[in-house]
Amino acid sequence: MRRVLSLYRSSVGKKILMAVTGVVFVLFVFAHMFGNLKAFYGPEKFNHYAEFLRDVGAPAFGHGQLLWLFRVVLLFAVVIHALAAFQLWRMSAVARPVPYARGLQPEESTYASRTMRWGGVILLAFVVYHLLHFTTGTAHPDFVPGAAYENLVIGFQSIPVVIAYLVAMGALCLHLYHGVWSGLQTLGVNHQRYNRYRRPLAVLVAGIVFIGFVSVPVAIAAGIIV
Amino acid sequence: MNLVLHVWRQASPTVKGGFVRYEAKDISDHASFLEMLDIVNEQLTENGEEPIAFEHDCREGICGSCGLVINGVPHGPQHGAATCQLHMRHYKDGDQIWIEPWRAKAFPVVKDLVVDRGALDRIIQVGGYISARTGAVPDANATLIRKEHAELAMDAASCIGCGACVAACPNASAMLFVAAKVSHLGLLPQGQPERRDRVLNLVAQMDSEGFGSCTNHAECEASCPKQISIDFIARLNRDLFVASLAQTPERMVAGAG
Repeated sequence: MRRVLSLYRSSVGKKILMAVTGVVFVLFVFAHMFGNLKAFYGPEKFNHYAEFLRDVGAPAFGHGQLLWLFRVVLLFAVVIHALAAFQLWRMSAVARPVPYARGLQPEESTYASRTMRWGGVILLAFVVYHLLHFTTGTAHPDFVPGAAYENLVIGFQSIPVVIAYLVAMGALCLHLYHGVWSGLQTLGVNHQRYNRYRRPLAVLVAGIVFIGFVSVPVAIAAGIIV
Repeated sequence: MNLVLHVWRQASPTVKGGFVRYEAKDISDHASFLEMLDIVNEQLTENGEEPIAFEHDCREGICGSCGLVINGVPHGPQHGAATCQLHMRHYKDGDQIWIEPWRAKAFPVVKDLVVDRGALDRIIQVGGYISARTGAVPDANATLIRKEHAELAMDAASCIGCGACVAACPNASAMLFVAAKVSHLGLLPQGQPERRDRVLNLVAQMDSEGFGSCTNHAECEASCPKQISIDFIARLNRDLFVASLAQTPERMVAGAG
């Protein structure tokens, strides 16, 4: 136990926590995307799916109970991920008190890797907005509880809202492009034979998630989903 | 060729430093970067000025003494080589060159371009060793080592401890250095007795020295004069995780073995 605690205190341990919570987010994002795509099957299927999310786990779980359990787990993961990121950010910020005169010239780092921290902040802000938009309806012009499909279509009638979602999904795509690869590195998934598949995997995950999520607001804005 | 240098000058660790402009005239294409600084220093000495302090020793890329950040790139534009192996043929007449020391809290500036890399020595002291029996030389090939492991261990062991990984890292992290040391000993049978303690102690010491945290930018790999792969960082992460979960008692100190 003492060693597990000292693992948590070490910089590498915090990174492992970020990688593990990152895996939770990737699984969640895929499940979320899968649900979103039901919008292409019309209001009945989509609203049925929304209701299913509340009833899932029955009869062992009551209405909405398992959903709340997932929400608590996700919230917990967000807190750990963000807290560890903030602590590591602080650690790195004080590690170089005198900056280079003209900055370091990037050689192997990518735009995605250099924007992980601010990208994460953008995603956190987006998640708050997204919950206010489609879950509580606070930031929605015409929100009707339970009418998931109608809320979705009305929500994306506004072009600025669609653009905000596109920007956020771009940030998510970049975050995943570096995050998936970096998470594998941090979790020590390292084998000479399979290392060359790590970067393509990150590209695949980031690409699928971007296209999957962007398709729904774009289809609504283009009038394909009405 | 004639060059304009902007060199970081700092008289001592405690005083504030700054860039000073120098002109390097009639530099040969064949001069090494350090020889170019030698020529500038000759002129400074003749003019009664304090020469630029920079660290160097073997000048053949194997000692790890030299190291300058040149136009924002540790060891300069040539990959897989230390500063001493960089030649002026990489530059052209009229170039402006900014020369700085490694920048990290863990590497305080001693003077001008010389930094104190004692932090790396202290990391080695807490576990960068093996316990070998004394006595007669063992038979060659008495301990069999898988070829792949021997080669990987050699790749990691090629680290010369110059600190370019720290200098190149946007986070000033020493992960590549520590990963190389952990891997080079951890891959060989002789390194197994202390393997778990080694990784735990090295990482703890790295954190306490004030290095930053690795975000897998891979900048270290790009500027490493020995081109050590960041795959070793993944190996370090895995070793640390396994060592942290293993419930083996702490190794006894002082002879209990």
